[in-house]
Amino acid sequence: MLSQHLLVLQVVVPLLSAPLCALLPLASPGKYFSNKLAWLIATVASLISFVISILLAIEVSKHGYISYELGGWTPPWGIEYRIDHLSAYVLLIVSGIASITMLAAQKSIEKEIAHEKISLFYSAFLLCLTGLLGIVATGDAFNIFVFLEISSLSSYVLIALGNNRKALTASYQYLIMGTIGATFILIGVGLLYMLTGTLNLVDLQQKIPELLDSRALHAAFAFFTVGISLKLALLPLHLWLPNAYAYAPSMITVFLSATATKVSLYVLFRFFFGLFSNEVTFGEFHLDKILLPLSILAILIASAVAIFQDNIKRMFAYSSVAQIGYMTLGIGLATKSGSVAGMLHLFNHAIIKGGIFLAMACIVIRTNSVQLSNFAGLGKRMPWTMAALLLLGLGLIGVPFTAGFISKWYLLIAALDQRSWLAAAVIVGGSLLAIIYVWKVIEYAYLKTSSKTIDSDTASTKEAPLQMLIPLWLLVAASIYFGFETSFSFGFANTAINALFK
Amino acid sequence: MQSLLQHFELSVAIPLLAVLLILLFRNQPSLREASSLSIALVLFIFTTQFIGSEQLGVTHTLFSITPGLSLAFHIEPLGLMFALLASGLWIVTTIYSIGYMRGNKEKNQTRFYLFFALSIAATMGIAFAANLVTLFVFYEALTLCTFPLVTHKQNADAKTGGRIYLGILLGTSILFFLTAIVVTWLQAGSLDFIPGGIFDGKIGKTGAVILFTLFMFGIGKAALMPFHRWLPAAMVAPTPVSALLHAVAVVKAGVFSVLKISVYIFGIDVLADQNAAQWILWIAIATMLVASIIALSKDNFKARLAYSTVSQLSYIVIGAALANPIAALGGAMHIVTHAFGKITLFFCAGAVYTATKRTQISQLNGLGKQMPFTFSAYLIAAISIIGLPPLVGSWSKWFLIDGSLNVDNYIVLLAFVLSTLLNCAYLLPIALRAFFKAPDNEEAGQNIKIQEAPLACVIPLCFTALATFLMFFYIQPIYDFLAPAFLP
Amino acid sequence: MIADFYNYWVAIILMMIGFYIVISDANLIKKMIGITIFQTSVFILFISMSKVEGGTAPILIDEVTLYSNPLPHVLILTAIVVGVATTALGLAIIARIYREYGTVDENIIHAKDEEEYEDSDEDLS
Repeated sequence: MLSQHLLVLQVVVPLLSAPLCALLPLASPGKYFSNKLAWLIATVASLISFVISILLAIEVSKHGYISYELGGWTPPWGIEYRIDHLSAYVLLIVSGIASITMLAAQKSIEKEIAHEKISLFYSAFLLCLTGLLGIVATGDAFNIFVFLEISSLSSYVLIALGNNRKALTASYQYLIMGTIGATFILIGVGLLYMLTGTLNLVDLQQKIPELLDSRALHAAFAFFTVGISLKLALLPLHLWLPNAYAYAPSMITVFLSATATKVSLYVLFRFFFGLFSNEVTFGEFHLDKILLPLSILAILIASAVAIFQDNIKRMFAYSSVAQIGYMTLGIGLATKSGSVAGMLHLFNHAIIKGGIFLAMACIVIRTNSVQLSNFAGLGKRMPWTMAALLLLGLGLIGVPFTAGFISKWYLLIAALDQRSWLAAAVIVGGSLLAIIYVWKVIEYAYLKTSSKTIDSDTASTKEAPLQMLIPLWLLVAASIYFGFETSFSFGFANTAINALFK
Repeated sequence: MQSLLQHFELSVAIPLLAVLLILLFRNQPSLREASSLSIALVLFIFTTQFIGSEQLGVTHTLFSITPGLSLAFHIEPLGLMFALLASGLWIVTTIYSIGYMRGNKEKNQTRFYLFFALSIAATMGIAFAANLVTLFVFYEALTLCTFPLVTHKQNADAKTGGRIYLGILLGTSILFFLTAIVVTWLQAGSLDFIPGGIFDGKIGKTGAVILFTLFMFGIGKAALMPFHRWLPAAMVAPTPVSALLHAVAVVKAGVFSVLKISVYIFGIDVLADQNAAQWILWIAIATMLVASIIALSKDNFKARLAYSTVSQLSYIVIGAALANPIAALGGAMHIVTHAFGKITLFFCAGAVYTATKRTQISQLNGLGKQMPFTFSAYLIAAISIIGLPPLVGSWSKWFLIDGSLNVDNYIVLLAFVLSTLLNCAYLLPIALRAFFKAPDNEEAGQNIKIQEAPLACVIPLCFTALATFLMFFYIQPIYDFLAPAFLP
Repeated sequence: MIADFYNYWVAIILMMIGFYIVISDANLIKKMIGITIFQTSVFILFISMSKVEGGTAPILIDEVTLYSNPLPHVLILTAIVVGVATTALGLAIIARIYREYGTVDENIIHAKDEEEYEDSDEDLS
């Protein structure tokens, strides 16, 4: 019985756990106990979501897609939840990263967020998780907007909880830009509804080919492009991302960097290849002519800016903007193999970036600072954390035996297959820029000894707590595992794109 | 047990055993060094059993990373020669390192031996790679494993040197090498090393030239100008590192890859037909001569030897670029002869530093009296590099010149002659200074007793110098060993 | 033409006004107002398209057969709730910003952040 409703449970489990976490302070004996309980609930809910997404992925690989009618109403009148290979892939990432984040979160959150707000924090986190899972799980266009806003609003809250006052302005800026983006998507959905009378994605897909002459359709496409690009942080609409990632609580950066933009990329795939087919998107609307140049600029400019950052969280945030550029570069090549490469990079980058920010969280919890100068000699004082950062940094560069290499390999093949020399040059050039900014940190950690006077604080810096190290090394292990064993990461993405493309 | 021993890819795993043991014994220096030495011996003996075995030509695929990309190993003459060279000289260098590291009271010796072993593991992987992907994976691994060795001293110089080292090597490999591999994959549909090449007519003339050039620049370890700067920059490392890695493992991995790609990806005949190596030939000639001229200007002992290496590596690249089987064979032979010669020279430089703390050539006046073994070995090795009989270096030079005559390339011939003269000019004066010049006045007043370097340093350098002499007479087995790869 | 599609014109004009306020005004509260106007224009766009000529409010009565389309109404109800939540959240953040910075002017806030960056080692605590 439960298995019939598995699909909707994917969204419902975190949704219902959220108020549970919020109401706990009212019910529990002491405030410290309620915080631990809130963490426990959030972790269990994330883990259950992860298990559900694994089960769903297994189901999907057997049947091709799963459909669930909400309230028993048949689509297109009712809202349908629909999972195919593409959705299953992204669901796994989101719930997986959420689980790892929650497993590692407790100590970091206790340190960075005021005690009274901790259970509210976990509640907001679960709402964010609900929103992200909902975006991926649903098969209804307006539902995507609703869940998008749920996840966005909760992320604004989460970011604003950072303990630097800049977190507030960062959150506000994200709010403004995110709301504009979401509203643009809403306009697009509205225009599509006006043209077709339906909101169901499958139904829309069938009705759009007849409407290609309509100017409203073109307008809808344009609104979607801008709205999705805003949420995706595609240059030049990326301005919210560096500050949001830099000043958010450390664990939130871990979570958002690995999920929020990935889900936005999913929305891009779903709308531009699921709704408007790839022939329409590339043939009629020439999306590749927009995506390709912007991606190239994103990779080059964002990597270059990253090199000059002193705040290392901000540096990796700009790195994320560049990596998103890689994903859209794959799509912008307008071929199946390019999109598969982009999808693959979505998966690999989520693991790598999540891990990097988790390592940053470990460093924050022990040293209270993310300035470059703080890294001096850290290789000796926090060996496990820095070793993890080194391996993940190598993954970011794209050294063989890491997941990053596999993505770069497929991106290069896709680019060179199209004789797109500039794209290929940028793909490898971006790696070189990545070497510069990653190696800055590594050099400081391993080659410089602490030049500031050794006060008792610095000298006694211990290794990060085990509770954070274990999830960190799980991610490191995953990034290396997927550098060898790509049958899932590549195979699944391949099936997903093949099912999506005509 | 028999079948386990057939797995030559174990040679990648054996040095990893050393890593474990070194970690285990990190607080007991003697046990630590003993384990490093014994594993080196095991590796060498293990590798020797494959000489002439039926394994030649067999490919063992470890696993498939992704459709079309797999990690696979095979044995063929070039690779086996390289593996034997690296593992054999690992033994010699470990003995030397014991002397040097203890003599100079260097810090962080465990880290040194550990990454040394890892680097050898990576080198074995390169030697036995059966396709371009495996080669690339271990090539990058070698760069990364040698970085802690290069930056061993951890001071500002080490940091700068390390940056140049990593920047150039990773930069060229990602920018050019990876791109070249992907283009090869798209054009030829395969990445395997197959005798005679894999293109089978699928690549046109311009394509071949560009691709070959991309490959050669991509293999930054072969130190073709202008990507040679990493080699002098890496001299900030302790001398044992310079000796093995830059006279044997790292640079030889570079030129080995050059030869492997020329013979098994393009095919010597294809290279000749398409004239694919024309640009590289010129660049290699220029590198050979310019590096020698720069070497002349260097007073720092190791810097001069570094530029000498840059120049000598171009000999091998020219051997490949001449697109003639004899020249390529000469190039392969040069890998061996130059290795023994250069490692001796570096050992001598390190011995001098250990005994006297002197690094500049101008300070070496008259040292020959106090350090007779060191400088005699130096002289022998220098003559081998110059290419005079009865030392083995003359044979590889002979074959290279023969190859250039085969293709009527008199410019290359002239360049070889010029280079030989330059070699004399920058190598011999050191020996002459040591033996024939009187010591500087400043020591006369001081009571520093200069002795020969520690025994653990002197024995290896005498051994390798002697080897250059002995191998001269046993060149035929080496020729017969390498011939199947080039003259089928 | 304008007369026939006046609802779209209204929506677009409001949208542009709202958008302009968001981009150009330095006062954070006014930006929120701009966002609200922006979102409201979209609501008007949706709702106005749901009107069926001659149709009545979409509440089931026996005698009536022509109703306006209820679906956009439902969608916009949801969107209004989202808008309310956004506004509430935005104002809450502005209130906190005011407490921390003493101003709601974006330019002054920027200037204060620049000062702070030059003065000290940027720190998370």
